[in-house]
Amino acid sequence: MIMLWHNISWQAMPVLLPLVGAMLCFLLPQRIKFLGLMIALAIAASVFALLLQVLDEGVLRYSVGGWGAPLGIDLYTDGLSLLMLLMTALVGLGISIYAIAYFKSDKAVHFWPLWMLLWAALNALFLSADLFNLYVTLELLGLSAVALVALAGGANALGAAMRYLFVSLLGSLFYLLGLALLYHSFATVDIALLAQRIEETPAVWAAMGLMSAGLLLKTALFPLHFWLPPAHANAPAPVSALLSALVVKASFYILLRLWLDVFPPTNSMLVQFLGLLGACAVLWGGLQALRQTRLKMLIAYSTVAQLGYLFIAFPLATGMAWKGSLYLLISHALAKSAMFLAAGNLLRFGGHDRITQLDRVAQRLPLTLAAFALAGVSIMGLPPSGGFIGKWLLLDVALRSGQWWWAVILMLGSLLAAAYIFKVIGHAFTQAEVAHEAIEVSKMMEWSAFLLALAAIVLGLVSPWPLALMDIGSPFNTALSATCTSGVAQ
Amino acid sequence: MSSVFFYALTGVGLFTLGLYALIVYTHLLRKILAINVMGSGIFLLLVSLAARTRGAPDPVPHAMVITGIVVAISATALALVLMLRLREASDRVELPEEPME
Repeated sequence: MIMLWHNISWQAMPVLLPLVGAMLCFLLPQRIKFLGLMIALAIAASVFALLLQVLDEGVLRYSVGGWGAPLGIDLYTDGLSLLMLLMTALVGLGISIYAIAYFKSDKAVHFWPLWMLLWAALNALFLSADLFNLYVTLELLGLSAVALVALAGGANALGAAMRYLFVSLLGSLFYLLGLALLYHSFATVDIALLAQRIEETPAVWAAMGLMSAGLLLKTALFPLHFWLPPAHANAPAPVSALLSALVVKASFYILLRLWLDVFPPTNSMLVQFLGLLGACAVLWGGLQALRQTRLKMLIAYSTVAQLGYLFIAFPLATGMAWKGSLYLLISHALAKSAMFLAAGNLLRFGGHDRITQLDRVAQRLPLTLAAFALAGVSIMGLPPSGGFIGKWLLLDVALRSGQWWWAVILMLGSLLAAAYIFKVIGHAFTQAEVAHEAIEVSKMMEWSAFLLALAAIVLGLVSPWPLALMDIGSPFNTALSATCTSGVAQ
Repeated sequence: MSSVFFYALTGVGLFTLGLYALIVYTHLLRKILAINVMGSGIFLLLVSLAARTRGAPDPVPHAMVITGIVVAISATALALVLMLRLREASDRVELPEEPME
């Protein structure tokens, strides 16, 4: 038995379990909530087992069915993919618990299978070792996310879902065209092999442009963010949470892999441009968030701003900057999911999410407001939250390398975040002019939001551990980092 | 110009044509068809570039195209259902102009 335990490669499990789970949820709708929770727990357990295996054996590579590249599917796990899997498992578990109480059975029969498919797509994406599997998982992710947005019904949600679908497909097609060019040039789509064979040819530059454009569209980097706020704000609360926390991160992850491993080190113009777009996103998203009258729209614009931070690592481009960006990504996932879930509670409680009419919710839903405020601490980047560690690492690198203007952007972004979060919290304490019938909110919904927000804070206290995990397989120790640092030194 | 590059360029042409139609037309069915034309363009490019060497063509791009077709069919099906639902809900087959408050 113990032999068997050791011979299992845990890499396939985080993909297999949600796929089986989706089928089970689809086939047995009368047991759906129990089934959903059990499978969510099983997925989290399998990711934990994979963590133990990676800590034990280091970087893992697994050929599904024993075929291997180029025809078979390879799974690859290093510190970067493992952290993404852990983040997905943690946020996914919180959202699953919330969804049990949130959805009535008529919606639950649609939610659970789609959510399991989405989870399978995310896990497969983080484990993929070749660019074509990344394309397939990206499409699977997009389709299930679109279907989840449409779950709310009504013209607004359907319109947002339709727009989201076009954006998602367009992004994937650009990616696929770039992939076709890469395959034509180097006869492989395996990331490790491509990294060895890559040369600076016009076809590679074209592929780089096409794939980056497609992925930036899907990551909703300013000015390609137009589709995100309506899609994220019109979805049901658990869906908004997983879209903002996880789905946009998936395309960022692919972008990171491509720039770190595959593409040849570029001149600094291009990375400066990405950083500039990130800075614009931080400022524009923050300002727009401040202008919103509806809470969910405010949180969605805050996502646009927070995604901008991730791109500030591109011009800095040292190992520490990537780690800071990744740290921000993970703490944003935890904090933003908590924030959307808290907003879902407020929406259910008062029947609306107009910020100025949040009638004394601080007294009436203290736990939910605490969740919102704690998540806000991480979004603003105040110590001791995970958001603080990420911003601190970026600030440190920016000042050390003499690129102080990025530090200014980081500060301004934090100020804007503080402004829009305190705007909400202020209204939560005061009495509104219009009183509303309050509907009771389930304790499970309140606690799951609170625990996710708490996790975002705790992430700041345990920082050595995730930072050490990031070094497994040294995904950040690449040519791009090396050239950019030497460029700065000159 | 060899026939391989003729087909490849046709593929890129189809992609561009589809992109143009996706941006210009407002009717949702036209947009869905435009996405499909773009996809077909890429498939044509992949298949034609697979035959660039002498002898038997490279099988890997063909496998990619088959997978891509499956993805395209699922996406089209979802898009068509969404379009019909949107027409039921709002009596329109166009995207809403501005994101609503």
